[in-house]
Amino acid sequence: MKRISRLLSDRLALLSLAVLAAIAAAGMLAPWLAPHPPDEVNMALRYGPWSLHYPLGNDQLGRCVLSRILYGIRPSVLLVLAAVLASVLIGAAVGMAAGYAGGRTDALLMRLCDVMLSFPGYVMTLAVIGVLGVGLQNILLAFILMKWAWFARIVRSSVRQIADADYVRFARTLGTGSLAILFRHILPVCVPELAVVASSSFGSTLLQVSGLSFLGLGIQAPQAEWGMMLSEARQSMFSRPELMLAPGLMIVLTVSAVNFLSDAMQQAVDPQAGSSKRHQPERAEAALIGREVA
Amino acid sequence: MIRYAARRLLTAVLLLLVISFLAFLLQQLAPVDPAEAVLHAQGVPQVTSELIAQKKAELGLDRPLLRQYASWLASSVQLDFGLSYVTGKPVWSLLGPAFMHTLQLTAVSAAAIILLSVALGVYCALREDAWPDRATRGAAFLLTAMPPYWLAAWLVWLFSVKLDLLPTSGMDSAASFVLPTAVLAVGYAGVYFRVIRSSMIAGRNEDYVLYGRANGLTERAITRRVLANSLQVAVPMFGMAVPILLGSTVVVENVFAWPGLGTLSVKAILGRDYPVIQAFVLLLASSFVVFNAVSEVLSGLLNPRLRKDL
Repeated sequence: MKRISRLLSDRLALLSLAVLAAIAAAGMLAPWLAPHPPDEVNMALRYGPWSLHYPLGNDQLGRCVLSRILYGIRPSVLLVLAAVLASVLIGAAVGMAAGYAGGRTDALLMRLCDVMLSFPGYVMTLAVIGVLGVGLQNILLAFILMKWAWFARIVRSSVRQIADADYVRFARTLGTGSLAILFRHILPVCVPELAVVASSSFGSTLLQVSGLSFLGLGIQAPQAEWGMMLSEARQSMFSRPELMLAPGLMIVLTVSAVNFLSDAMQQAVDPQAGSSKRHQPERAEAALIGREVA
Repeated sequence: MIRYAARRLLTAVLLLLVISFLAFLLQQLAPVDPAEAVLHAQGVPQVTSELIAQKKAELGLDRPLLRQYASWLASSVQLDFGLSYVTGKPVWSLLGPAFMHTLQLTAVSAAAIILLSVALGVYCALREDAWPDRATRGAAFLLTAMPPYWLAAWLVWLFSVKLDLLPTSGMDSAASFVLPTAVLAVGYAGVYFRVIRSSMIAGRNEDYVLYGRANGLTERAITRRVLANSLQVAVPMFGMAVPILLGSTVVVENVFAWPGLGTLSVKAILGRDYPVIQAFVLLLASSFVVFNAVSEVLSGLLNPRLRKDL
């Protein structure tokens, strides 16, 4: 029974991965897959129903909804992913430096992280957009500025746990250089946990970025982005609620896949989660704060 | 314990100083000259360079940066954040009422979140892996993957337009709280109840439960004790939730036209009203730090093991 359920959860993870890969591929291949240019206005087809030429219908300007969804993958998913990866890289670098160097460097870098983390997410983002002006790139910049500290803390605490392990001491005795030890012996141990937190933070970031675009603080018209599309659809939602469906469901699908994957990874990293006595609550909490609901 | 609390509060004060300096720098980074903006806000028809220089001296903008910071901090502490660039009114006269409205929404939502997560967490933990547990977790999974504004739009469509039961927006009566609170509560409780659930499940395997059972305690009494222990995890979590909530009502407030900080801040950003943005950042970041410090001291009271960390 246990094996079956584990297999099933693995299958779900595989399915989620497949869904995400398909979405990413569709985003990259949007110019070839989209049946129409995403900005092509056709007032004769306003609020057009689903048809063969326009599989998801037309929006308030007669633009092809499917094409806009496909092009929207780029800012809504791919750019957000890039921003999360950037903050993971920065966080990993700072975390490894702090954890491995220890002493004053560690204390200084960690206080810096404290300051960064003491700004609630949205406030930091709004502050950055407030100074630099509205726009998707500024939102993403704000996220990178904020999230690296979170990843740095996680990597740092893993590094500190491992830095004194016997095999690391052994490598040091053999005269292995610091960088080699970091990359060959310490980094691989941190990766699984980092992947769990990064993936759950990807889901929440995606929701938050789309929310800011929805408020008009992100990408500007006529560019296609899911949050932006929802904000346009909301104007006519009492007469045409169906326009809210496609972009909203795409966000739900993407975020669900990301969250499934992240939960499955957490299970794989720590199969004890859910039954273990000691470690479990803190771990769950760490993952949850990373997710930081929008 | 007193030493622990004192050290924790000292850190919080230091952090507040750093944060306030960063918030102060915000305005220095902004591409608008404060003196010029204030003149515009006061409705001066012809802004000349002499007027700007005069205003600069009046506002003390020609002084060294740290001196400016000190006087800015002194007046900020007295809630004097200067004048809004857009309306020309004192910032606090806009921010104060908005803050109260957001606090009300946050308080009601926090209460709903705590009740909902504890109730669902206990309910699901007692039925681990049975269908009610699975169904709740499944629904929570789906709801937390939804953009809150999307959920909000559908709720408005259903309850306000189709059924005509609740107001679509604004803050006029108790009924106005229902939809925004529901959207906020669903998002947070959907995550938090899982923590309570798993910590209760883990807690049920502890030795004291076995001991209690051997002593003939009823299941009800045991559940109560396990829950009391799970609250050690829950209290800091809820403590964190309040300030996070305070800062993330932005989207929900804008959807429901709630006259709070979220609506005000987005308006300020779109209107490039820097004093308002600055005061907003300072206010929320400070509440975040204060809430964190208080909730950490509280968890220290509940769980002596945590005190050693500092």
